[in-house]
Amino acid sequence: MAKQYDAIVIGAGHNGLANAAFLAKAGLSVLMVEKNPYIGGASVSRNLYKDWIYSNCSYVCSLLRPEVYRALDLARYGLQVVPYGGSVTLTQDGDYLGSYIDPDASRREMARHSPRDADAEVRYWRDIMRQCRFIRQFLLRTAPDPTSFKPRDLLELLHLGREFWKLGESVMYDTMRFYTMSIVEFLDEYFEHPLIKAAHAGSGIIGSALGVMSPGTAYVLLHHAMGEVDGTAGAWGFARGGMGAIAEAMGACLRDHGGEIVTGSGVERIQVRNGRATGVALENGDEYTADVVVSNMTLPRTFLECMDPADLRPDFLTKVRNFKIRGSSGKVNIALDGLPQFTALRENRELMHTDMHLIDSVERLERAYDDWKNGIWSQDPYIDMLIPTLTDPTMAPPGKHFMSVFVQYVPPKVHGRDWTDADRDAFGQTVLNQIERYAPGFKNLVLHAEVRTPRELEAEVGLTEGNIFQGELTMDQLLFNRPIPGYAQYRGPVKGLYLCGSSNHPGGGVMAAPGANAAREILRDLRKPNTVPEGWLDD
Amino acid sequence: MRTVRFDRRDHYRHKVFPSPFHARQQAHNELKVWSRWFDYLSVPAYTCAQMEYFAGRNACGVFDLTPMTKHRVSGPDALPYLNRLLTRDVGKIRPGRVGYSVWCTDEGQVIDDGTVFHLREGEYRICSQEHQIDWFLISALGFDVEVVEETHDVAALALQGPTSCATLKRMGLDGIENLTPFGLAHFDFQGTQLMVSRTGYTGDLGYELWIDPGHAEPLWNRLFEAGRLLGIKPMGSEALDLLRIEAGFILAGVDFMPAQQTVRPTHTRTPFELGLGWLVDFDKPVFNGRRALLAARERGPRYRLVRLDIEGNKPAHHSYVYSTRNKNIGWVTSAMWSPSAKANIALATVAAPHGEPGEEMRIEIYYQRELKWSRMMASARVVEGAFYDPPRRRETPPLDH
Ligand SMILES: Cc1cc2nc3c(=O)[nH]c(=O)nc-3n(C[C@H](O)[C@H](O)[C@H](O)COP(=O)(O)OP(=O)(O)OC[C@H]3O[C@@H](n4cnc5c(N)ncnc54)[C@H](O)[C@@H]3O)c2cc1C
Repeated sequence: MAKQYDAIVIGAGHNGLANAAFLAKAGLSVLMVEKNPYIGGASVSRNLYKDWIYSNCSYVCSLLRPEVYRALDLARYGLQVVPYGGSVTLTQDGDYLGSYIDPDASRREMARHSPRDADAEVRYWRDIMRQCRFIRQFLLRTAPDPTSFKPRDLLELLHLGREFWKLGESVMYDTMRFYTMSIVEFLDEYFEHPLIKAAHAGSGIIGSALGVMSPGTAYVLLHHAMGEVDGTAGAWGFARGGMGAIAEAMGACLRDHGGEIVTGSGVERIQVRNGRATGVALENGDEYTADVVVSNMTLPRTFLECMDPADLRPDFLTKVRNFKIRGSSGKVNIALDGLPQFTALRENRELMHTDMHLIDSVERLERAYDDWKNGIWSQDPYIDMLIPTLTDPTMAPPGKHFMSVFVQYVPPKVHGRDWTDADRDAFGQTVLNQIERYAPGFKNLVLHAEVRTPRELEAEVGLTEGNIFQGELTMDQLLFNRPIPGYAQYRGPVKGLYLCGSSNHPGGGVMAAPGANAAREILRDLRKPNTVPEGWLDD
Repeated sequence: MRTVRFDRRDHYRHKVFPSPFHARQQAHNELKVWSRWFDYLSVPAYTCAQMEYFAGRNACGVFDLTPMTKHRVSGPDALPYLNRLLTRDVGKIRPGRVGYSVWCTDEGQVIDDGTVFHLREGEYRICSQEHQIDWFLISALGFDVEVVEETHDVAALALQGPTSCATLKRMGLDGIENLTPFGLAHFDFQGTQLMVSRTGYTGDLGYELWIDPGHAEPLWNRLFEAGRLLGIKPMGSEALDLLRIEAGFILAGVDFMPAQQTVRPTHTRTPFELGLGWLVDFDKPVFNGRRALLAARERGPRYRLVRLDIEGNKPAHHSYVYSTRNKNIGWVTSAMWSPSAKANIALATVAAPHGEPGEEMRIEIYYQRELKWSRMMASARVVEGAFYDPPRRRETPPLDH
């Protein structure tokens, strides 16, 4: 006889954990099942080599909703997010564009390349922040169904309309354009200098199967700017101990509220009887039943891999099959014997603490994308790398370092066929060689490298096609269209089944908003007291 | 010689740079406290803000305004360009004259205010609080002009107060007494050109001195020698702030938000809403923001920036403003007890239609005595003109006060 729970959450990604914790806080008996022997999903710290800890998927924190941080008491459960401040973009000719914590130093650095752009940056951030302010207030709200006549949906639509109208005439125009234009088009309205444009363009394509010149990439930039650290908008930080610290704190909160976590065996089937989800069957044969089943897995994984198609409607399945979730990123996690010497940063330790990028023009970024389209990883890849151990003393022995290297673009398949180990190793070499070009001697410092292509991301984390956001962040898959029209309110197509992963509004990143929002909807359906906080308003 | 250098990558090792007057400032800075004004080290107070304030009203005070953002505009289309950029008729600012103006976005919202120096035929300097090169260049499209920022290439001192003219006379600036308010003149100073304008931010008799940074220190020294018996004192930014509030002058980022950095759409202001409608000249056929400003004039202001004379003696810092019917109608942006007007004064933003001259309002004032906070409601009245307006401000030639 299977044990009966109020709710089962499938997948211990940070959204599943947040979801389960809010349910447990409301007094539900919650079971979490995770296929891996560890929790965290893409928000994880792994010990894969000696005394090194890798944030082996996500590596920096900004999007995590502060309301969730507080409501789940994550500080008390050990989570500490330390801002690092700044960034730097290194060029092939040995120069760089730095962004310093000090605003005047940053302005002068930009003025070193273009005085005009240094000044335009003010206007640029104003416009980004306007858009951020608009969308931030919808992060912890359920998107309205625009076709519904339910009072709640109508009110929410009205709210959306009113907030939109409040932006003012010229910003309303900008908003419409913003969601549909490319990041390069957007940047052209502000900047003249190629390096300054390239430095800004990077976050428009992180995790996206789009090029800097593709429509829709301006929004992706916004997605990376709408977070904060301690109220500093757009700031990023390290979770002390790696991104797993976020999941661990959520896990501790969940257990503290009576939740159980079972790891090491994945869900094979979500069981449905009479059009109702009734529980799960694991690969190891264990079965658990519950009135509520919540999936933290991606949309396709949930419905195409873990459910019987006969339990689902064909038009629904078609939409799921066509959900855009193309992988485009890779990751190399490196244990270093010492600090690399970047030619450009020879004496600038200050910028080595920050987010370092290798790029010098938007054209070079576009060409990197061309390779992806041609079915091969970028031969001249865009690299976004950090050395967290310059800030966080807990991740490597003193004097040694962990380097997190995020790579764009990496296709889900190589020339249409599956990745092989040889492909993966060749990709790893491409990345190491790229860094070596900017930091001669770098490769000699490499003690261990974990190379992750979309294949590994899918196999280990369950990210379909290796898409880091559990689904692309394009206008057709945002807000009430995320993941697919008609299913944007975290309720699945069978009763008792809910979705809480990044495939849902407001999307990917270590944000915890989908998990929290889904919990609010579940508690609502169960007529339980709501434990999910409302968003903190800015004004 | 510039003291601010960022042409080299290692500029980041200096988060702030010394002004060309730094050595002199350092010698005078008894409090050893420094503040930052964009790229430069600035002095909040050298000895005592109150004493420095009184130097500005009773003798003369010297303030380093090098950090002020400065632009040079020249070329055949300089005048038509400025008429496009600025709201007022720049043609009326003849060579050798200075004019105050604002400039607006296409939506008619104030980007900044500043002074326009017509240095010589067709050549101008614009001084502003905020950096403007982006907007100035955007606006230059289609004009045959050169617009460059020259903040770091010009050292500047404000010499303000009753004995300022006498000091400059003693310095040997022949005919300086004949310079009328908003006039400028060039002098030779140790082989370089010294520009002197009868301008300032204190609403008093005063001048501003402009020179190449290489001659900054000698200029400072000569000035202090000349003013030694006339009560000259270096003056920090705290004293200057008191002087400008008494004069009723507004400050970008304090009394209004510059439009280019304002995220919340209703937080920007038209010139009408800042009491600067007199700077908008609709007789000009085109200028940035004209269409929007015409509509704004038609609609009437959403807000008014008012000067308040408040009962009692407790400065109304950060106060809310209420109507006499106790409706919250606005907030104070600058406040002080005015030692020269002997009045409790403030600049405030109130929602229109409030803010008519003479209107009575109520101010919620919080004040602290031996750590304990108290609150009072004080009545206030909207007044016009400067809170303190000495006749010497306009006298030409000024008396040797
Ligand atoms: C390489 C990489 C770098 C990134 N960098 C950043 C970053 O720096 N900052 C940032 O904010 N975001 C980053 N992201 C995005 C962010 O990490 C993800 O969007 C987010 O963590 C997804 O969280 P989630 O809880 O929705 O889902 P996931 O983390 O995907 O969790 C899903 C969970 O379900 C489990 N699961 C899957 N199938 C089964 C099954 N059948 N049975 C049981 N369990 C199952 C998985 O093992 C996993 O634990 C990055 C992502 C990647 C991959």
